Amino acid sequence: MVSIQNLHKRFGKNQVLKGVDLSINDGGIFAVLGPNGSGKTTLIKSLLGMVIPNKGNITVLGENVKKNSNYRHQIDYLPQIANFPSNLKVKELIRMIKDLRGNTTEDLRLIKLFKLEPFLDKKLGNLSGGTKQKVNLVLTFMFDCPLIILDEPTTGLDPISLIRLKDLIQAEKAKGKTILITSHIMSFVEEVSDEIVFLLEGQIYFKGSISALKTKTNQPNFEHAIASILTDNHA
Amino acid sequence: MLKILKYSFYDLMRSRWSYVYFAFYLLLGIVLLFLNNDLSKAVITLMNVIIVLVPLIGTIFGVMYYYSSKEFTELLLAQPLKRSSIFLGQYLGVALSLTMSLILGLGIPFVFYGLFESSAIWDFSLLLITGAFLTFIFTALAFNIALSNENKIKGFGYAILLWLCLAIIYDGLFLMTLIMFEDYPLDKVSLIGTMLNPIDLSRTLILLKLDISALLGYTGAVFKQFFGTNFGLMVSFVMLTVWVLLPVVRIVYKSKKKDF
Repeated sequence: MVSIQNLHKRFGKNQVLKGVDLSINDGGIFAVLGPNGSGKTTLIKSLLGMVIPNKGNITVLGENVKKNSNYRHQIDYLPQIANFPSNLKVKELIRMIKDLRGNTTEDLRLIKLFKLEPFLDKKLGNLSGGTKQKVNLVLTFMFDCPLIILDEPTTGLDPISLIRLKDLIQAEKAKGKTILITSHIMSFVEEVSDEIVFLLEGQIYFKGSISALKTKTNQPNFEHAIASILTDNHA
Repeated sequence: MLKILKYSFYDLMRSRWSYVYFAFYLLLGIVLLFLNNDLSKAVITLMNVIIVLVPLIGTIFGVMYYYSSKEFTELLLAQPLKRSSIFLGQYLGVALSLTMSLILGLGIPFVFYGLFESSAIWDFSLLLITGAFLTFIFTALAFNIALSNENKIKGFGYAILLWLCLAIIYDGLFLMTLIMFEDYPLDKVSLIGTMLNPIDLSRTLILLKLDISALLGYTGAVFKQFFGTNFGLMVSFVMLTVWVLLPVVRIVYKSKKKDF
């Protein structure tokens, strides 16, 4: 599904990714974890072609991402902070994205699911953070793509919406899709993900299942396992 | 690209600034016609305003739009769209809406005053065409500046500096060189110097069309010989087109290499 070879990225003097090699197979939920500034978002943005790597090769579904925009038809992306043009209405934004990507009727179901009907005629600038995130989720899940990338999907969501989001993610997984998630909420990661990829100082420190991580770090619980990696490497 | 153009254009058409800009030209046109009571004189006054103001508005508006639509751009970048079409679409959206404000704002009062029965129609059209060119040139330059500077304050600073250089400082330096080298034949140099600055080029083009080149003395005669002919007019328009194309090419090039 996704294959990354020897990926390097530098922002000025700051070397963010230092030779990342990663291959992600079809189907399943993968969590990309790491401390702040470890390069999670940079990795995801390189996949999307928003960040242009200094070195290395990325292929998504067999297509090289370099100088290509077509492969993005196969990706649903949920950006980290839902910053939408503030003088657009929710309805107009949804219509615009449909106009750009192709038609779908799935949005109606998702709007109902997240109870967004009362906000459809409101401007995006006037919405609360959580509501914006719900709009963001609708925009991401309304297309039927084999690869879904979620950057901090839980930000600002209330408990009910969080449950709905988890159900939504499981439903997509059941369709055989590949889902990439970054999150700092460890309980969420533990609950949904099949496999984790741990980034540390621009390299992949660990890739495998959560139980494998627990054995590797000798910790009974996931949160402590992550914490032990961080203290061991920073102490 | 056309879809992006459409959304940028609609977005701008709904913003207050387009109306302010439109209303300003409308007012300017009406006031000038009332005060002058003469179409050709109004055209000359308008030229002086347009030559300075259009580049300023184009630069400021271009930089402002780029920075304020950053989120929208990032949303678009994750969609299956080419980078060049995103940025060219936005650029054309800004440039077209500014041009429309200019043409409608000035055009409406002049049409009501009886432009179509007057002989000033060609001068007036030339004025609007150069105004449109200047809008396209300076919006493109503004996009270049904004693309190269993440920092908004810096971006605005450079944009104003660029306008100041081309609208005022260039003329000063140009005049100084002419005075310093006055012992040499300077007609070719001054012709080339005029060609290299879009603001000067537009001004000369309109002045000579207005048949007041006698005021410019000997150089005016040389200029008249050049710009007054069809060949000169063609060369000038080619130069203005080059001034649009170069920054647009750089927008495409720069946007392909940028990280978001």
